[in-house]
Amino acid sequence: MNPSSSPIATITDPIVEVRDLNLYYGTSQALRGISLDIPRKKVTALIGPSGCGKSTFIRCLNRMNDLIDHVRLEGEIKLDGQNIHDGSVDVIALRRRVGMVFQKWNPFPKSIYENVIYGLRVAGVKERTLLDETVEKSLRRAALWDEVKDRLHQSAMGMSGGQMQRLCIARAIAVAPEIILMDEPCSALDPRSTSRIEELIRELQGEYTIIIVTHNMQQAARVSDFTAYFYLGSLIEYGLTKRIFTTPRRKETEDYITGRFG
Amino acid sequence: MPDLTPSGQSILRSARGSSHFLRETLGRYYATLCGDLIILLTVTMVAFITVKGLAAFTGPHPLSPLKFLFSSHWQPDADPGEGGPQFGTLAFILGSVSVSGLAVLLAAPLAVAASILISVIAPRAGENFFRPVLELFTGIPSVVYGWVGLSLLVPFIRNQFGGLGFSLLAGGLVLALMILPTITTLATDALQNLPDSLLEGSYALGATRWQTIHRILLPAARPRILIGVTLGMTRAFGEALAVQMVIGNSVRLPDSLLNPMSTITSVITMDMGNTVKGSAWNNALWSMSLLLLAITFGFIVIIKRLGPQDTKNGNHF
Repeated sequence: MNPSSSPIATITDPIVEVRDLNLYYGTSQALRGISLDIPRKKVTALIGPSGCGKSTFIRCLNRMNDLIDHVRLEGEIKLDGQNIHDGSVDVIALRRRVGMVFQKWNPFPKSIYENVIYGLRVAGVKERTLLDETVEKSLRRAALWDEVKDRLHQSAMGMSGGQMQRLCIARAIAVAPEIILMDEPCSALDPRSTSRIEELIRELQGEYTIIIVTHNMQQAARVSDFTAYFYLGSLIEYGLTKRIFTTPRRKETEDYITGRFG
Repeated sequence: MPDLTPSGQSILRSARGSSHFLRETLGRYYATLCGDLIILLTVTMVAFITVKGLAAFTGPHPLSPLKFLFSSHWQPDADPGEGGPQFGTLAFILGSVSVSGLAVLLAAPLAVAASILISVIAPRAGENFFRPVLELFTGIPSVVYGWVGLSLLVPFIRNQFGGLGFSLLAGGLVLALMILPTITTLATDALQNLPDSLLEGSYALGATRWQTIHRILLPAARPRILIGVTLGMTRAFGEALAVQMVIGNSVRLPDSLLNPMSTITSVITMDMGNTVKGSAWNNALWSMSLLLLAITFGFIVIIKRLGPQDTKNGNHF
């Protein structure tokens, strides 16, 4: 059975459709014939050992790989039916629709307030009330408001790691994206901050489409609706998280999630 | 690794053996000695210049420090009958300030723009072409800059704007050219040392390249860029030869871009050969050297002030 053929059929009205995606860094191939559909307003976890291509894959979805030299892409990525590599697609607009939270929190050396509204500022929003509202709404959404509401205009660099990562989530939410990509958002956090972020992801699902790359199998099991297992640049298995973790169809997946490998 | 243990131990033992110990000790003493020598040389020089520089303000006919700093009446060879020699250096202080200020004003925006090109816009061409060219520029001796200024710039200014050509403008342009590589190199380092995550974070929120540069990268690199600008200013302030060749060296307050004037350094280099050791004139030149030293220290203090703030920011990345 073609491992990637079944998930495509099971997902109705996907927000992202990827077909036969190959990606090369120079001559080495990092993604091999990836085809999968991402369900709308669900949490999809990408798991797999280091170097399996999962981070590379999500960086395709907001075209962050454009920034890297010598990257070549084949295949098709559609967002709401439109190929994101079409000449008519504005990559700036694409990145507003597809937000991203990085492995290592990267707040700008600015105030908390300015961090949250950065996406709006660069989009040209100037109305004070709208900015103020967005800051409060986004920080509340990221479960950070109560901790920082009295120091919005202080530098974001004085926060804890977990707070900074939630600020980065708030910053991504502020531009009202449809999809939020999370590239191992908890890998540099302590367990307590990690569980806060996981709670947050569960709260955000249903409102946003979330695609999370994680090394942590329990995390994938806890927060996601769908799970895709990547290995050596290929998509090995994809399906409902519950199903993947209870009855994996492929031997490799089972070995990985039971910890026998990876 | 069973049989590594005994031989490993013997290796450790021989490492603590006498020859290694000796080398270790000798090396440490050598480094300490060299370090101390540098400190000693610096202290000696500062002490020497201070003693020589203060000589003018003591002795039988002391110079008034206020007059020295705030008078522009410079007549070092006037006869006592004409009121005696006058050593007011205000014109030169202002000359130095305005010529190096002009140089920084001209060079800093260009340097920052060039550093953006090298570090963000065209990094590959930057590393392969612009960087080596910049390094070449820093290696050109100042007399060459001065000569080029003298043979191209001075006639150009004379023909275009009138006057002698020897002018504040000519000095400022030559200095700007000289400090451009310094500021560009430091600004480029500042931008290149920023973590990529800042750039990615900005792009991921839908910022354009220019928005990323001027809203995120430049503010984040600002403290270190300012260090570069201050170093450029310091170099411009201390430069003597190239400036002296194009600035005209007339004693007057800087009142126009096109008028000739003098700087502290140009007066020292021009006059030091004409004065008798221990004379009032000679002492006044030493005082000007002391003044230069003090101003340079001032710049270094500014750089140090900018420095820690920068590392404080840096620690968070």
